[in-house]
This record gives sequence, C-alpha cells and structure tokens, in this order.
Amino acid sequence: MIEAIDIHKSFDDKEVLKGISTKFEKGKTNLIIGQSGSGKTVLLKSLVGLHDITSGDIRYDDNSFLSMDNASKKRLRQDIGMLFQGSALFDSLTVEENVRFPLDMFTNWSLEKKRERANFCINRVKLENANHKFPSEISGGMQKRVAIARAIALNPKYLFCDEPNSGLDPRTSIVIDELIHEITKEFDMTTIVNTHDMNSVMGIGENIIFIYEGRKLWEGTKDDIFHVQNKELEDFIFASKLFKKIRENNG
Amino acid sequence: MEYYYFYLSKLRTIFHTTMRMFYHLGRYAIFLKKVFGKPEKHSVFIKQIVREIDKLGIDSLGIVMIISAFMGAVITLQTAYNIDLPIIPKYTVGLAARDSILLEFSSTIVGLILAGKVGSNIASEIGTMRVTEQIDALEIMGINPAGYLILPKVVAFVFIIPALTVISMGVGITGGYLAGSLTGEVPGPDYIYGIQFAFQPFYIVYALIKSVVFAFIIATISAYWGYHVQGGALEVGKASTKAVVASSVQILLFNLILTQLLLA
Repeated sequence: MIEAIDIHKSFDDKEVLKGISTKFEKGKTNLIIGQSGSGKTVLLKSLVGLHDITSGDIRYDDNSFLSMDNASKKRLRQDIGMLFQGSALFDSLTVEENVRFPLDMFTNWSLEKKRERANFCINRVKLENANHKFPSEISGGMQKRVAIARAIALNPKYLFCDEPNSGLDPRTSIVIDELIHEITKEFDMTTIVNTHDMNSVMGIGENIIFIYEGRKLWEGTKDDIFHVQNKELEDFIFASKLFKKIRENNG
Repeated sequence: MEYYYFYLSKLRTIFHTTMRMFYHLGRYAIFLKKVFGKPEKHSVFIKQIVREIDKLGIDSLGIVMIISAFMGAVITLQTAYNIDLPIIPKYTVGLAARDSILLEFSSTIVGLILAGKVGSNIASEIGTMRVTEQIDALEIMGINPAGYLILPKVVAFVFIIPALTVISMGVGITGGYLAGSLTGEVPGPDYIYGIQFAFQPFYIVYALIKSVVFAFIIATISAYWGYHVQGGALEVGKASTKAVVASSVQILLFNLILTQLLLA
C-alpha cells in the first residue's frame, strides 16, 4: 500500500499540489484522474520521488519515503516499476535488451537466466517475434507492452503508469488497460494509473481519485462515479459526447 | 537622465549575466559530483566505455585525418610562400609546420573541431534521453543516470583523445610533406630535415596534456547542457548549440592557461 499524506508541491511561486491525502491499495488498480494541468503527473512523479515534495509525507507500506536514506531509497526503487507516457524505452537497445536491462543492472544471474526471465516477461505482455527489434521499429502499442515487460522484469511490488493510453487507438488502449489490470492481480502489486481516459476509468478503475486544480475532490469506485453530485467531476466525465448520450438515455 | 537609465540597464545586464554564470558553475559542480559517483556495475561500466570509445573516438578518426592532412598541407604552403628570402633556408618551412602542428593545430584546432562533432553528439543524445523520459526511467530503477550515461563518455573520450592527437600530428606533418614536395615549394629532404631540426619532445607531451583537458571539457560541458534540457526537440537543438559554444570558449580559455603554465 502507498499512502500520500497532505502532499504539497510548488514550482517557484506556483503551488501545483495543494494538500493531497489518499491511500493506494495493494492488489488494486488505483486511478488518478483529472483534466490536463490538474497535477496528476506531478502527483505521480512526486510519489515515485522524481519530484521533491514541498511538504507532506509519502509512505510505502508504512515506511516514510522522505525519511529513507539513499541506500534504502535505492532498494525501494528496485521494487518500483514505471510505465512512462512515451514508453521511455532505450533507443539503442533491442526489445529483449530493454527488458533485460534491470536484470543486467541489479542481478548477478547468468545470461541464460536473464534471457529466460526477459522472455517470460515479453511473452506475458503477448509480444511475439519482436525480441531483436529496436523501439523505433515497433508500433506505439508494442512499445507500451515492452515498457510494461521491462517494468515487471524485477517482479516489483509497485507499478506506476503515467497515461498509458496516450497516443494509442481505443482498441489498443483497452488491451493495454486489461494487461495492466491482469498483471496487477497476478503479481499482487499496488498499481497507480494516471489517466484522463474515461474508458480506462470504466474498464479498470477499482479505486479512483479525482484531482482538480491540485486538490483531491473525490474518491471512490467506478460504480459510484456516475452518481456523484460534483460539478467539476461531472464536467470531466461528461465532456465526452458518448457519455453525455449515455446519461441522457439513462435519464 | 537618459544616460542614467542606459547605464543602469547595462549594469543590470552585467549583474544578471554574472549571476547566471555563477548559477551554471554551481550546477556544473553538482553535476560533476553525480557523474563521478560509483558506477552501478563494473562489468556494465567497462562495456559502456568500449562502446563510447568506438562511438566518440573511432568514429571521429576520419574527420580528424582529413582535416589534419589538409591543414598540414596549407600550413606548409603558406609558410613556404611567406618565407621567400634566399637567406632563410628551406628547411625552416618544415620546422615551422612541425611546431604549428604540434603546439597548436593537433591539440587546440582538433579540440575545437571535436567540440563541434562530439560535443553536439553528446548534448543531443543526453538531451533527447531527457525529454523522452529515458533518464527518468533510469532514476526510477535506482540507477544514477549521470554516472551511468556520462562517466563512460568522459573516460572513453579522455582515453582516446591522445591517440587522435598523435594520429593528427602524423597525418598533418605527412600532409605538409606531400604538399611541399608535390608543388616543388619545399624539397622533401629539406622538409624532413626541418621537422627533425631542434626537435623538443616536450611539445608532444604539452599537446597531449592539452588534448586530455580539452576532452574532459568537451565531454562534461556538452553532457551538462544535454542533461539539463527541459522541453522538447527545439530545446535539445538549443542545448546542442550551447554545448558547442561553451566547450569552444572553455577550450580557448584553457589553451591560454595551459600554455602559460606549461611553456612559460
């Protein structure tokens, strides 16, 4: 479980996160939703330590991230997998080398064992015949799968996904969402997905928090989200004509 | 009153420029501390160094040889045309070409050329990795990105540049020999006598010391600008330009300092 306690984050004079407190539960796909510029990515990057927060605390299984020394932070980071918006695969490495990269850096396994593990992860994300291709030679959807395979290579406890559907067609988006959800259950991870895609919310949102202008305005499940009386959340959900139509049809 | 505002605005510009310089100096020092952190895994580090020697050093061999050959030829011909007095022996041309190549050309001019080629390569590579979040990905994994990506480049370039400098010296002097003898301006035996006349081996040591310092400057300053890119492709291009300009200026500055320290 990951817990955010009264997180504030400012860039110069601009306060981007204004006291966010929430819990991200283990074995669940936790979603952070909100419109562009609401602070979702800053919150996600603060949780993984890519941004230093101005005040508050972040707890990984009751251990304060801020109080950890560098060695403990380094150990913790090996339990974290992250899927970036643009996949962030290493251009100069092949698919297999990308997936093997964390194993090369942090294990003393033989090459055979590392390749075996890398191939297991590649097969798990249902990638075929791509081991020797470079990231520039595969599609965006395949790049996301490779990034997921790399993220799970070290069998992490926590998985962070920053807008995993960005730049993907709706069908591939669903495939990636389902993959993240399945992996979360299979490896019993604490997964946090940052998205503004309502299809993801309806598909995999087990625990959802809605961020608006740096504040948490709502928290709940996908079953509650359509019944909330909150103007900002309603504006966000029903910005899509499809969802508007569904609401009209359902009265 | 107009003059007052004019000088005030100039003073303000000078103040801001000075403050920015100190800001970058401080950030560069912090950056170097990160770069020289302990490598994550020695076997990976060695592999990276070998790859960088190939990418930064061997790939630069062609341009270094072409430029050295032509510059050696031009130095020889220009010296020959300008020393046209019968009382000055022909071998003086060989001597002058040798000293120009050894003292300045093969270290400083080649350094400036490599600041353009290698410096822009490093800055754009690291900058692109920054804007495509590859550096963030390394950090998330618990790897020190500066140490993992940049230290092998610095070590490889510092290691390979003396070889490039020596090759440049040889090719430059050979270029001068060919130009002098093919045009008939400097007979071959005179040129060879000239390049051996009053030879001081320390000049080679001096050039190698300078080239190692320049390699460090090129690799670290270019990586610094690439590492701190924020934004997109446009900023990567700007960082690349800044890297080349800053490295070139520092090469010229350190050329002066090292010349005073080593030859005075």
